[in-house]
Amino acid sequence: MALKALDIFKLLPKTNCKDCGCPTCLAFAMKLAQKQTTLDQCPHVTDEAKAALEGASAPPVRLVKIGTGAAALEIGNETVLFRHEETFYHPPGIGIVIPDTLSEDALAAQVEKLAASKFVRVGTNIEINVAAVDDVAGDADAFARTAAAVAAAGVPLVLISGDAGRLAKALEVTGDGRPLICGATPDNWEAVAALAKSQSCPLAVSAPDLDALAELTPKIVAAGVEDLVLDLGGEDLAATLQTLTAARRLALKKQIRALGYPFLTICRTEDPMANMSACCSYVAKFSGVVLTTLTEPEALMPVLTVRQNIYTDPRKPIQVEPGLYEVGAVTPDSALLLTTNFSLTYYTVEGEVEASRVPAYIGVVDTEGTSVLTAFASDKLNADNVTAFLNSDEVKAKVGHKKLILPGYISVMSGGLHEESGWEIMVGPREASGISKYLKTVWQGA
Amino acid sequence: MKLMEAAVEKWSGAIQEVTIGAGADEGGTRTSTVRIGGAGALPFMDFEGVTPNPPVVAMEVWDCEPTDWPAALRAALGDRVKDPAKWARACVEEFGADAICLKLANTHPDEGNTSPQEAADVVKAVLAATGVPLIIWGSENDEKDNQVMPVCSQAAAGERCLLGAVTEDNYKTLVAACQADGHALIGLSPIDINIAKQVNILVSEMGFPLDRMVMYQTTGSLGYGIEYTYSIQERGRLAALGADKMMALPVICMVGQEAWRAKEAKATTEEQPTWGNADTRGVYWELATAATLLQAGSDIMVMRHPDAVRALKDVVGNLTK
Repeated sequence: MALKALDIFKLLPKTNCKDCGCPTCLAFAMKLAQKQTTLDQCPHVTDEAKAALEGASAPPVRLVKIGTGAAALEIGNETVLFRHEETFYHPPGIGIVIPDTLSEDALAAQVEKLAASKFVRVGTNIEINVAAVDDVAGDADAFARTAAAVAAAGVPLVLISGDAGRLAKALEVTGDGRPLICGATPDNWEAVAALAKSQSCPLAVSAPDLDALAELTPKIVAAGVEDLVLDLGGEDLAATLQTLTAARRLALKKQIRALGYPFLTICRTEDPMANMSACCSYVAKFSGVVLTTLTEPEALMPVLTVRQNIYTDPRKPIQVEPGLYEVGAVTPDSALLLTTNFSLTYYTVEGEVEASRVPAYIGVVDTEGTSVLTAFASDKLNADNVTAFLNSDEVKAKVGHKKLILPGYISVMSGGLHEESGWEIMVGPREASGISKYLKTVWQGA
Repeated sequence: MKLMEAAVEKWSGAIQEVTIGAGADEGGTRTSTVRIGGAGALPFMDFEGVTPNPPVVAMEVWDCEPTDWPAALRAALGDRVKDPAKWARACVEEFGADAICLKLANTHPDEGNTSPQEAADVVKAVLAATGVPLIIWGSENDEKDNQVMPVCSQAAAGERCLLGAVTEDNYKTLVAACQADGHALIGLSPIDINIAKQVNILVSEMGFPLDRMVMYQTTGSLGYGIEYTYSIQERGRLAALGADKMMALPVICMVGQEAWRAKEAKATTEEQPTWGNADTRGVYWELATAATLLQAGSDIMVMRHPDAVRALKDVVGNLTK
């Protein structure tokens, strides 16, 4: 729980000595509360105060890293239960569970599928970014062999086994990659925690209920493993969602440190539709590692998209790249509509143009992610930047006419824009819903 | 489980309970009715409070053949889409819809421009074909809707249908019709919590009871603005549980309508060879949109594809068992 400036102030010397560079202790406290400075700037703070402040400034949900290098997955460090309160910061890993019972060919095919699970949406790559190896056979060699093959896919690994011996064998071939060991239970935790400690690997912990889990995690921390992930199930949809919500609430609102870790869910439900629905729900409700037995792109793409959408920062409007977009089989004579780079505005326009089945260009001007009216009112959409767009090489290369369809709400700028650009300005519909009709009736070609 | 108990939040409010459909005992002809709302806790959090009524899965039926629906969707629905009554009956008897959502698309001046009486005949035919409650949407043309909806309202008098939609600027005609004929109504407000509340206030100031109102805050498809809908609905649900009665109305989501506009649902294998099976991709997209929005707090899910309906009913069953 972050402390307020006044709470911090109470723990400071209150001498206003300025040694920290701030004019008063209160000013220093305010900077500390906003995380603009660090406590070690104050040479006079007492050890008790230091302990209290450092304890309070530790994040309520620990940041845990799985894997190494650029592909490493960082999860946790979340601060809110609802994304509109701030944002969700660390998108979960979404990964495929691969059993260690596959034939060599089937395994190779799986790994290939895993590597191919990459899609581009809104100019961003969304992809499977973790893979789990499941100890089904109960055979250390099979487990290690599968782990080595899956590690080749280059994404962080999760090793699922309750057996320390088999885990040790798999870690011999994958330990350098800092896989997540999954995991410790009230029965096996001593051996598995020792393994995690010796290999410096993060460790997933499970227990029959939250009480047992909150008893277990401090023991594992005391044994020297701090990077923990809480395995909260995933088979029973309702029970898993309730546990996810309860655990996150306890960590954030009741400061239960023993539950202050990211979560993991595994869904092995055979029915692919039920499985996908569960995974989407777990992504929305706090899971940090969402593992599934789904492998087909049509089932995985929606889950990856839920992650992309739910983890966008609601404080920042989502933007599309400014420039010239093509919808349908355009020719140099196709209509050119103007809009802004606020993604919701753009996709509404794009959807309507697509629905009209009239091929057209959409010109997107950089308005810092604001909608048409807001952009116009704040002068982020004006004759100058529209003219600059119309004179761009892209437009010159592709559009063979000089007619621009302007959003109806900003018809008032058509005169100035015409003078500035020399283009004929056509006033389009006010709402995107009128675009289809407009393109079919008013637009008569270039 | 001590910690589960420690995690319980005490809420002071609950979602308004609303019943759609009226059986013979209430002057209607429905053989089944649906009850929505009533939740006194966040969705499916049984450890802190009850969700007395599971979300309702409704299916969309049009008054004309929807010629521009994607191939996968049309293939699943078949020729039935040429006849609204047959289509509606299949939705209930074959696909398991809890309610029918009839969209009077063909009344739009740019489409068939059919008359109010023709629309009312479709309403009557659909009512006769099924025993489930009926949701009726106009064509989203205010002027035409104001002619069509009162006639349809009258044709369905006593059935307690759910009629949509009223907006901040156009509500009096439909409110009066629903009041006279005993229907419930949908208040429309595009992803704006303040306007949603304003619509509810305007309607209730006309003497319309809150227990016959549902909110439509517009639905964003997965990949195309679902996060806005998600957060608006989540905020609305929190306000309702905090005892804001004017925000405590159940929510309807037009899932199928939005999800099937997405490229990911429509694209053919030729267009997107790496996106997987084109026959089921749209179903997954529709289902994922619905499953995610359920977590934010949604009460009526209007769907299009039979397989998505079946799967969503399973999901609801798993969430509320």
